[in-house]
This record gives sequence, C-alpha cells and structure tokens, in this order.
Amino acid sequence: MNYFLSEEQKMIQELAEQIAREKIRPVRAQLDEAEAFPSELMQVLAQSDLFGVYIPEEYGGLGGGILENCLAVEQLARACIGVATSFAASGLGAYPILLYGSEEQKSAYLPDIAAGRRLAAFAVTESGAGSDVTAIKTTAVKDGDHYILNGTKQWITNGGEADIYSVLAVTDKAKGPRGASFFIVEKGDPGFGFGKKEKKLGIRASATRELVFQDCRIPKERLIAKEGMGFIIAMKTFDKSRPGIGALGVGLAQGALDIAVEYARKRVQFGKPIISFQAVQHKLADMATKTEAARALIYSAARHMDTNPPDASKVAAMCKVFASDVAVEVTTEAVQILGGYGYMRDYPVEKMFRDAKILQIYEGTNEIQRNIIGQELNKEYGRIKETFF
Amino acid sequence: MKIVVCIKQVPDAKNVRIDPNTHTLVRQGVESIINPFDLFAVEAALRLKDRHGAHVTAITMGPPQAEEALRDVLSRGVDDAVLLSDRAFAGADTWATATALAAAVRKMGDVSLIFCGKQAIDGDTAQVGPELATILDIPYATFVKELNLDGPDHLKVVRRTDEGTEVWRLPLPALVTVLREVGDPRVPSLKHKMRAKKATLPVWGIQDVGLDQDRVGLSGSYTQVVKVFSPPRRADRVMLQGPVEDQVEQLYRYLKEAKVPGL
Repeated sequence: MNYFLSEEQKMIQELAEQIAREKIRPVRAQLDEAEAFPSELMQVLAQSDLFGVYIPEEYGGLGGGILENCLAVEQLARACIGVATSFAASGLGAYPILLYGSEEQKSAYLPDIAAGRRLAAFAVTESGAGSDVTAIKTTAVKDGDHYILNGTKQWITNGGEADIYSVLAVTDKAKGPRGASFFIVEKGDPGFGFGKKEKKLGIRASATRELVFQDCRIPKERLIAKEGMGFIIAMKTFDKSRPGIGALGVGLAQGALDIAVEYARKRVQFGKPIISFQAVQHKLADMATKTEAARALIYSAARHMDTNPPDASKVAAMCKVFASDVAVEVTTEAVQILGGYGYMRDYPVEKMFRDAKILQIYEGTNEIQRNIIGQELNKEYGRIKETFF
Repeated sequence: MKIVVCIKQVPDAKNVRIDPNTHTLVRQGVESIINPFDLFAVEAALRLKDRHGAHVTAITMGPPQAEEALRDVLSRGVDDAVLLSDRAFAGADTWATATALAAAVRKMGDVSLIFCGKQAIDGDTAQVGPELATILDIPYATFVKELNLDGPDHLKVVRRTDEGTEVWRLPLPALVTVLREVGDPRVPSLKHKMRAKKATLPVWGIQDVGLDQDRVGLSGSYTQVVKVFSPPRRADRVMLQGPVEDQVEQLYRYLKEAKVPGL
C-alpha cells in the first residue's frame, strides 16, 4: 500500500530492509540459539546512521520523528525482533534525555546515541514494580553535589551492553507519585553493577539484565529535569516509544507472513500447493489483512504523534496493543501453516512465534494499555456535553 | 591519498540463463547488480580510508544506466564517482576496457592506489586489473586477501595462490585485485545515501579522456570471442595443515585412499 512516505522516509525503510536482509537474517537463528548479543550488528546499524533517525540534527541525528523511527524498527523486526528490540531500546533510553534533558545533557549524550557509539537503556522495572510503576524501591539521596543511588532494577533491556542508562528512583517517598526522579547513570559509575543475564523464551539476541546500585554516586547534574518529574517523564517517554513496539509487531507479523505465503505456494499436499486450499487461503488472508491494518494504524498514529497531540497516551497505547496482538496471532498462524516444519527450529517461524509473546508484555502489558485507553475514553467523553442517543 | 576503485555492472547471476546454442548469457530482462568482487574492492578501499584517510573515487565503464552502480557505492561511503560512457566504448574487450580506464585514471592524476575485484562474474577473465596496471606501468598484485599501508609509499599485501599464500610489498602507485577475505561490504549509511541521490556524476567520453576512436571499443579490441564453452572442472584441492609429521600422515592417507600403486 502507498503510505505517501517522503523520499527520505523511503530511504530509511529501504536501508533498514537491506540491513535486515543482508546482515540480520543470515545470523538470527545463531544469535537466538546462542543467546548472543548482536554487537556486530549494532555496529552495522551505527554505521548506517539509523540510530539517529529520530534525534534532532543539532545533536547529530537526522531530525526525523516517531514515524522515521517506526519505519526503521519495522524493517529490522521483519528479520529479528531480538535485534530490533536492542536497537529500539536505545531509543527508549534516549527519550527521557531528548524530551526533558538540559542543553548540557543533550549535547553530552545524544550525539553518541545518534551515532550508535554508545547504546542507551531505560530502567524503571523492579522485582516488585512492574505494571505498578509507583511501587519502585530504588532510592536516590542527595549528598552535596551528588546523588547516591541504592536498589536493583530488573529485566532491563540492553542492561550490561548499554553505556547510558535512564534510571527512575525515588527521591522523596512522602510525595508518592510525585516523589520519583530520572537520572542518567553511566556504565562505570562507582557502585553501579550488573546482575545475571536472563534466560528468555524469545528475543534471545537481546540482553536483559539486572542493574544493581550500591551506594552508586553520580554528580547532581545527572538529574533529568527536576526532582519529582520521574513519573511524568516515564509516561511521556512511553507515549513516544509505544508506537515503536507497534512497529516491532508489524515487522514481525510481516516477516512471518512472508514465510507463510512462500511456503504455502511451494508445499504440495494432495497433489496441489497448499495455498490452493481455502482453509490455508483464509488464514493467509486474515494474516495479511491484520498486518496491513496494524501498519496503517502505526503509520498514521506515528504521524499524528509527531505533532505532539493531547491524546498521545491513548493513541500510543492503541498502537502497542493492536500491533502486538496481531503479531502473536499472525506468528501463531504461520506456525500452523508450516505445520511440523513450523514447529522445528530449522525454520524461522518457530522463533518468531516465541519472540512475539514479549510484545504483549513489555513496555506496559496489553492489559495496562487497555486501561489507559479506557481511562482516556472516560475522560474524553466526560468533557463532551452533548448526547449521542 | 587518492584511491580509485573500478567497478562493473553485471547481470544478477541468480536470474541469468545461458543460451543453449550460443553459450552466451541471455541478458534481456535480467536485473543488473554490482559485480560482487568489486564490492569487496570498494570495501578494501573504504577500510584503508577509515584507517589512514583517503579520497576514494569509483569508476565504471558502461551504458548510462551504470550510473546506478556508482550511486550505490557512493551510498556506502565512496567520495565521488565517474562514469565512462560513450558509444565508442561499446564492444570493448578487456584490453580496450583497460585502455579507457587507464586514460581516465591518468586524467584524474596523482592516483596512489587502484582497487579492482579479482574478476567479474560475467566474463570471468580477471584481466582488466592486470592490463590496467600494465598500461599505466605500475606494479600490481592479484588475488589479494589482506592489505595495509607499509610506510607512506608502500603497500603490503597477502596474496592467495594455488600453492599457498604470498606476502608482497609494492611501491605506490600500485594496483591490487582483491578476494572476499578483505572484508564484507558495508551497508550504506543514510547520510551517504542522501548525498548519493543528489550527486551529479561526471560522464566522460573518449574526448574527455583524450583517446582516439580506433583505440577503444570494438575497434580497439585485440580479441574476439570465437567460441564459448564450459571449462572442465578443476580437481578438488586440499591444503594440509599442522606439523610436518601430521601433514605427511595425512598425505599418506590421501594417497592410500586414492589407491596409488605401492601404498
């Protein structure tokens, strides 16, 4: 379908597709099997300038927005969402700085992130604080010109691999939701270490680790914006990043659809290619329709989000919830179409099926996304005085 | 340092058919790609540029659509590109091609290093590189798998031959033809891609490079394709490794398996 992309946007798409096809596809099974972080691929992506598509030109980026980022992420995800997640997570880590950082912080960190010289990561989740972000226990206490961080972050994507971490910590427990703040912590800061690398069902190329802060001392200039802004920054970051999760879903669904259709055209049973059977055709038709619908939503939502609209949270949640559900459905059906072959590790849909599930869980579970959409609807309609009956 | 990389557009081997009667390639409707070995030449040049700094120019001789190949390598980081294109160049054999390329390299002036792929996958002659060096009267090394500058005026290369590897030191200016071992071709970058899209590529004809019509194209060609046939397959080759004793042992086993009389 023609989505009326600009020349530059098409170029981003084309380049990311080339990287996915030439560099990621040949190694995705190995990376998955070995649970190996794709350092070499991160260098390829760095050299391609894709890490900077959404970062303003004054900080070494290309000056695009959410749509440009989604276009890159989608194409990478067609080959492997483990690799694409590692790529996208750097953006997630960069957004707090991009949205709320001081001029000094932006100039210090964004050019490196845009060039892919340093990866970023975003650290909110803890063992007792998943969907309930306000339950975080990590603390940051001011001590003269420094903050001292204590606590443990869990399941941090790019943990141990990234150099720059946006970390949420409680600065004033008494203030509740207004008592948390974001900090920039760098790999190598005193008292900052990493826990074990998690063993996962899918996206096994991506690295997920604990971040451990033990009297971790950082200069006070690493505070992002002001004390107490933490949850607002987290929510605004998610508004920017969730369409990207949708793009991961669209790319993954497309990757599975590509394989399913190709296989169905070649696989002969009862003397005919199985695509000639309606049972298979209808599955493929639904997979293609849902994938295209998800893409249409993500692209229009991403364009809309780049105008900083008031309904950003609702639209971002819609992107995430819809496209991730589509990815799970489409990859499940792709395995079904490939039958026994689909279940074998020799064929890529087995991995895609395992990979898809995380999209419904991370960056806010789909249940939380539906809560957000529901609450926003309640607010929206509460403002409308007329009746529709 | 000025580096020139010679590239060629070839039919995509994945989709090519051979005419059963003439044994020539059926080129109609087949997409063109950059000769894969030439992409290794580009990569070798760019790696040298990354390490030591250099200005890399790509050149190709071909019809106007060969411009596409030049834009591709520009998008990977080549600095500029020249298209040698003129009706008079048509029908050139390897010598006439090398003659035209040599004239273009002379016109550029002050070139320290020329990179070529080891051969093109359509003609498979592996001649243009060595002929180009011969016409320019500069040293050359073929089948190079590793290379680096050795002091300001020399290039050190490792060549792969049928017998093993050889290390050569060439005074600059020089020409090398490279193997895939020099490194995987890099992907384009967005900034270079944008630059490549906008770049105006100079097109040089015979007059621009100062050549007479009778030295280029069909009339400048010494060879003529009389017959095309499939060559017999070369026997398998195995490189024995390890300590000499082990190599002797392995060799003995091979000979025995091959039922050499007396073993």
